[in-house]
Order: sequence, then C-alpha cells, then structure tokens
Amino acid sequence: MQKLVEIVAGVTSGTTTATAVVEEHLARIKAREAEIHAFNLVTADQARKDAAKIDEDVKAGKVVGALAGVPIALKDNMCTRGVETTCSSKILQGWKPPYDATVVTKLRNAGAVIVGKTNLDEFAMGSSTENSAFGPTKNPLDISRVPGGSSGGSAAAVSAGFAAASLGSDTGGSIRQPAALCGVVGVKPTYGTVSRYGLVAFASSLDQIGPFTSDVRDAATLLEVISGHDPMDSTSIPQPAASLVSVLDHGVKGMRIGRVTDLPEGCEPDVLARLEAAFDAMRNAGATIVDVKLPSLQYCLTAYYLIAPAEASSNLARYDGVRYGNRVDAADLNAMYAATRESGFGEEVKRRIMLGTYALSAGYFDAYYGKALKVRRLISDDFARAYKDVDAILTPTSPSTAFKFGSKTDNPLAMYLCDVFTIPTNLAGHPAMSVPFGVGTDSMPVGIQVLATTMGEQTMFKVAAELERAS
Amino acid sequence: MSESISKETVVKVSRLARLSLTSEQAEKMTSQLAGMLEHFRDIDALDLSDVEPMTQPYPLKNVMREDVEAKSLDRQEVLDQAPAAESGRFRVPPTIGFDV
Repeated sequence: MQKLVEIVAGVTSGTTTATAVVEEHLARIKAREAEIHAFNLVTADQARKDAAKIDEDVKAGKVVGALAGVPIALKDNMCTRGVETTCSSKILQGWKPPYDATVVTKLRNAGAVIVGKTNLDEFAMGSSTENSAFGPTKNPLDISRVPGGSSGGSAAAVSAGFAAASLGSDTGGSIRQPAALCGVVGVKPTYGTVSRYGLVAFASSLDQIGPFTSDVRDAATLLEVISGHDPMDSTSIPQPAASLVSVLDHGVKGMRIGRVTDLPEGCEPDVLARLEAAFDAMRNAGATIVDVKLPSLQYCLTAYYLIAPAEASSNLARYDGVRYGNRVDAADLNAMYAATRESGFGEEVKRRIMLGTYALSAGYFDAYYGKALKVRRLISDDFARAYKDVDAILTPTSPSTAFKFGSKTDNPLAMYLCDVFTIPTNLAGHPAMSVPFGVGTDSMPVGIQVLATTMGEQTMFKVAAELERAS
Repeated sequence: MSESISKETVVKVSRLARLSLTSEQAEKMTSQLAGMLEHFRDIDALDLSDVEPMTQPYPLKNVMREDVEAKSLDRQEVLDQAPAAESGRFRVPPTIGFDV
C-alpha cells in the first residue's frame, strides 16, 4: 500500500508523476479486481486525464492541492456529476447525478484523482456487502471472507492497493467495521463535520462521510480536506475544519483512557485479548486507564434498528419511479410505485423499509420509534457522564475478525450484532475510528476503536497515532 | 411493548410502504419482523417516562440565508435522468380514476 502523504510529496516535488502513480494503481486494479470486486465502476479514462492535468500544473509551477495526484475511490452512494451512482441497487442502476457531492468537489479541488465508485451493501444497509445487488466484494486478505460493510468496497480498495485512500459513509459502523476487517484505518467524524450534500441519504440523523486510509497520518490529512462547514447541508457544523496532522506526535502522556466495564457480550476472546494489549500500550505510553460504565449500551442495537429503519423508510420513499432511476410500468400511479419498488429493492432494503414503516405507523409509533428516541438520549447521557472522567475510550471495532461468506445471511439479527460496538457513537453523534492492532487466532486483522466526545477529533487522533506506533 | 406482529399487519404496512409482497414474501417477512420485535422488547424493562426523546445528535437551529439569485440544477440534465419526461415535465401513469 502506497501512502497518501508520500504520493503528494512525490508528485509536488517532481520525483514522480500523478500519471505514474495512477498507472500503478490501475495496474493493480487490472490484476486483481476481477477476483475482489471492490468497484461498481472504474473510471480509468477520466483518472488518466485528471492525472495528466495535475502533471501539467506541476510542470507549469502552479500551486497544486493537498491531495495532488492521490488516487481515491468513492463509495457508490456519493453523487458524481454525469458518472453513474447506483448505491448498489437495481432501482438506481444507470442513474447519472446532475451534480457533485460536496466531498467530491473538495477532493477535486485538492487535486485528488478519482479512480472509481466502490461496491456497498444496497443503500448502505448491511455489514458484509452481501446485500449488494451487483454481487459481494471479497476481502483482499482472504477471499473466502467478507470485507465487512456497508463500505466494503472502499475498505477493500485501500487494502488491495487499488487506491491510496477512499471515502465511505458510516450510519452504524459502515466505515469502521470494514476498516477493521480489511486491516486499514477508518474514521467516522463527529456528526456535522463533513458535508452530507450529495451523499444518498440512508438515516439522516446518523449518516456521516469519512476516510479509509492505510495509516493514521493519511486519515488525518484526508479528513482535514473533506471537513468544514457547507451551506448546502443544514446539519453541517458552522466551524472550520480542525487541525489533525499537527497533533499526531503529541502522544497520550497524562491522558485518561476509558475501559468500558459493562461492554455488551458476544465478543470473541482473541479480539478482547487485542483490546487488553491496546490498554497496555496506552499505559506504557503514559496514559491512565480508567474504568467507565455505559449501562445503556446494551440497548443500542434496539434503538438503532428502530431509528435507522424509520429514517430510511422515509428517505427511500423518493424511489418511486418518477424522477430518477428505474420504473416498472403499470396501469396507474400506485401500481407503478409498488411494481417499481418491488422489483428495484433487494430483500434487506425491503425488510428495513417494512420495519421502519411499522415503527412509525399509527398505533405503534410511541411503543417503538418514540421509545427508541428516548433510549438514544440515555446512551448519549451515559457518554456525557463517562467523558467527565476520561478523554477517550477504547473498545473493539467489531466483535470478531472477518467472517466467511454466507455465515450470517440467513439470520438478519446475527448480522445486526456485528455493529454492536460501532452503533453507540452514531446515536450520540460522536467521532470514532478504527485502527488496525494485530491479528486474531485466524491471522485476520483486528481493529481497535478509539472513541471521543463531540468535536474530540484531535484527542481521538492522538490516541490513534499512539496505538499505531505500538502495533 | 406490543404483541407479536401478524401477517395482516405486515400486508397493511407493505401497502403503506408502497411495496407489493406476494403471500409467500409476506409470510417470511412476518416471521423475520416478529423475531426482531421480540429482540427489541429488551427496552420494555426501562422506565423512560421522564426521558426527553433525542431526534438529532445536537440541537438544530433553523438555518437561514440571504434570498439571492443563484444557479440551480440544469432542467434538461435532470429530466434526462427520469424514466419518462415530456415537454419539460416528468411523465407519470394516470393518477385519478383508479382505486388507491
């Protein structure tokens, strides 16, 4: 894996060219993409053109951006003007958005070279990419295993060296869990840090875009570029992007790191052993480990799987065969809606629309959705109490290493349990990131999750950098 | 919380969600949703009477901007992506005169 910061240094100083870098990545895609299926679309021609333009600018002595010549892959739920954006769903197959997402504009302005759109669980609903309408992505480290999800294609693209970095979206762990399973770094920033304009909505109060990279420095560099206030997203925090790269060498001396004593059950022993090793590393680096209790965490799955489907059932009402995507013709409007949605959506998406519609329907609203919103408050309050005593918290990212294909597809609940450690931060709106920290008994990577409070990215990155130094 | 979900309710909800399920699909969906709702009963044990619902990670304020003219999406580019368009509009099947 080639580091993003090294590519930028090489391209801007003239020791390499953006064209050479892009060709190396395209060659790796050519060699292994048929087996991995990280991409729904590889935009090789445009990538070559964009790289040539960067090289021209460098030659002409023009100022190039902070990501000059960096090949980047985008999860296929981010709008790219004139370039197919499918969300790995049949209902959007062939759709070419009439505008770019804000993150896409920011990447382009910074000189990044977009190499393609990556595979995902349909509409980002899933934890393995097995819900993609176009077939699953394979884990590049062992192709009999899943890459995680829903941003599995973005994680696999970085892990396989198809791109130096990628963007994913995280609603309940969809960046962090695949990052852990593929052995790369994945960051979910504070809700409102990165603009959601042009990100196809799944659950609007939980969705957040973030980076995948091969190390912590690259993640900090990329996050600095894509963060910042955007008037096109009304939930965007009106503050400038935080400086992250500058804090990476600060260490954790004197920091209080939380150990959750009532962590939900079901985590594999080899993963828990790596968590203990992570606490040891923090202690060795001068931090104090402090026990914290988050009693409401055990209810996070229930709260999430009522709130996220409720929001999704509303957001996905727009796929009605009228304004974009595909239509199945029928005699009248209602029959057309039903036929279009029946044929266009996959099983998991329908299940969540059903669950969400039920939770919001008359007679059940208070019992399900209303209660879930209150549990969300309890979880948020638990974190607020914990962060009085600690600066950051460490947990596993995922209860297990990458699992085999088909092992959880018959049982939706078993699949949902993959998200048990990642969901709480989405409900609270806090930042969290996964850092590779050794391997499990099956030699597959284990990710340790670093959690911090709202806008606590600097603290989170200090801890992540220290973990990386110790790994 | 409520009793287990019935197939009749599932069919009703599928109509609300504009999804047409076959009888077999409705059967499967009923059992899967029932399994989930059973799991979700864990929050019944909580006393939530004094808890304020939380809909967003942080309190949102209304966002206003100056009312200035700006370029919007290109109409033709948008219509080009619609399943059916005619004379600058989206074209849809008959909307009245049918049972809903």
